Amino acid sequence: MKKNKHFLVGVFGDQDELLHGVEDIRAKGVKIHEVFTPYPVHHLEDALGYKRSRMPVAAFLFGATGTTCAISMQTLMSGVDWPMIIGGKPFISLPDFVPITFEMTVLFAAFGMVGTFMVTQNLKPHKAPRLFDLRGTDDKMIMAIDLAKNNLSEEEISKILKDAHAEEVYRKDFADAKNERNFFKYLQDLFINGVTESGRFPR
Amino acid sequence: MQVVSDVREPLVTGGKSVKDITEDICRQVEGPPTMSWLAGLAFSLFLLAAGGYFLGDLLWNGIGRWGLNKTVQWAWDITNFVWWVGIGHAGTLISAVLLLFRQKWRTSINRAAEAMTIFAVICAAVWPIVHMGRPWLGAYWVLPLPNPFGSLWPNFNSPLLWDVFAISTYFSVSLVFWYIGLIPDFGTIRDRATNAVSRFAYGILSFGWDGSAKTWMHYESVSLILAGLATPLVLSVHTIVSFDFATSVIPGWHTTIFPPYFVAGAIFSGFAMVLTLMLVTRHLYRLEDYITMEHIEMMNIIIIVTGSIVGIAYTTEFFMAWYSGVQYEQYAFINRATGPYWWAYWSMMTCNVVSPQLFWIKKIRTSIYGTFILSIVVNIGMWFERFVIIVTSLHRDYLPSSWAMFYPTIHDVMCYVFTFGLFFTLFLLFAKFFPVINMAEVKSVWKDSNSGVYRARRTISNDDVPQDHRKTDASMI
Repeated sequence: MKKNKHFLVGVFGDQDELLHGVEDIRAKGVKIHEVFTPYPVHHLEDALGYKRSRMPVAAFLFGATGTTCAISMQTLMSGVDWPMIIGGKPFISLPDFVPITFEMTVLFAAFGMVGTFMVTQNLKPHKAPRLFDLRGTDDKMIMAIDLAKNNLSEEEISKILKDAHAEEVYRKDFADAKNERNFFKYLQDLFINGVTESGRFPR
Repeated sequence: MQVVSDVREPLVTGGKSVKDITEDICRQVEGPPTMSWLAGLAFSLFLLAAGGYFLGDLLWNGIGRWGLNKTVQWAWDITNFVWWVGIGHAGTLISAVLLLFRQKWRTSINRAAEAMTIFAVICAAVWPIVHMGRPWLGAYWVLPLPNPFGSLWPNFNSPLLWDVFAISTYFSVSLVFWYIGLIPDFGTIRDRATNAVSRFAYGILSFGWDGSAKTWMHYESVSLILAGLATPLVLSVHTIVSFDFATSVIPGWHTTIFPPYFVAGAIFSGFAMVLTLMLVTRHLYRLEDYITMEHIEMMNIIIIVTGSIVGIAYTTEFFMAWYSGVQYEQYAFINRATGPYWWAYWSMMTCNVVSPQLFWIKKIRTSIYGTFILSIVVNIGMWFERFVIIVTSLHRDYLPSSWAMFYPTIHDVMCYVFTFGLFFTLFLLFAKFFPVINMAEVKSVWKDSNSGVYRARRTISNDDVPQDHRKTDASMI
């Protein structure tokens, strides 16, 4: 059984104000749950103190798998399983294997890395994301602060957010039912109640 | 803060805000289809159906329906294949190579160019599949599938098999790259949806994107690595396509210059096709503030560069034929220019070598009509290039008694029309249901390169601004 969650949401309108805001807010000891931006804001991950992405490592490992698969496939098929004389070339003619080996390296690296990205970031077609503010994919940067994880009171955090040039600060609660983002419940809700809120019309 | 060059025009003009970017680009997706779109779709579907009839007839009766003969056993099919694959190259070049070079002007054209890549590769794939004659058996001929024919495997020494791997890898990696770019924009459209069906549909397409800082961090890393992978990939694909010819012993094909020359030609024709499509889209969707004259000029400059590389390649080829001292090679090239296919050779030379040089003139380079006409001329020229390479090299066989000409039949023409129908249908569907400009990326360059920033800098030091840029624009506040 999941509990109700209480957040304080700060809305920022400018990427540089957000960056400075994140630094100020963290310096004051407030723990930020997450920041949602409509486009990648560079250095935001540093300001939030995230560790560097290790996606390149995944890409390398999958690429190396691709290389190995390609070389062994070609060697085993044309060198061991059914050798054929083609143009008098050796059965295992490595220079001829280069193009396919390269292509399979790229294929494995790209698909493996994107797959890793999808799985680690929990991106999937049947995901119903928990959105704090619909303007977060439009033109505003949304900062969410989990009240349960901070020792400061709501008023204090609200003041810190406003001091950091948040355009708007409001409280957002996710009740039990809404908090559990089950895809079928989300669909049921969507098609029974319709779209209740749209980013197309400003609040 | 990023330092922006003073001589560069802003990438987003018209005093647009970040909100306006969302509004302007989502408008086409959210609104009802326009008459021009419906008319375009109807025409494309007509081409698809008309060509499809002949393609079906071809599959039913066999490729003898084409005008191929014993001497010219490869003609329009492979010409069209190479032409379409070449067109596809610009999309990856714009999105991957320009990303690595940190060229910010790519942001507003990369989405449509990548879509064009994918659709062009689909059209290209039609040709090798159809020319197998019985494509339903083709999977065993080209893929290393376990099979009941004595476990015969494909020939890994053959450039045609390399091509299968190259094109399929290129298609799937481009598709993934394109889709990864679309996810944040689908998220935007999902959040703006006003009815349950589109919220549901774009919710599925957006993979539950929420734009959190952590996801963006990994996303940026994934994009960069994908660009790094796609850059050698795009070069390898047309290199391998050129191996189809270059590894043979046919005079006119057996040249080592083919890989770089094919790659340059591919980028050349691809940029021309991007311009043809983007100029129409820009006009119909009123995207003049996002695809500015600066973008068009940049693409035209790439056309001059690659067009000149192609011109040098033609000259080098001719020189090498003479310098090699091989009379068959020399005959092949003299025959191209003066033989029965002289008109194809000289059309190629005019369209590919002479016409792009007009872009040295700034007035033509920055003219919409000039660019549009030349972009079509370049694509015609690039089709002739492939036709010249393929047909003129084959039509003079080793024995003069085997010499022949190639005459296209209605099936040749209509199968080509079919791929046009397919291409435009796919592109029109894309242009209606998907955002044609990458909103997230344009927003990320907006702060450094919008007309407001430029104006502010201009007020500070007007003397540093070139004379013709000093005029004030009332719309820029």
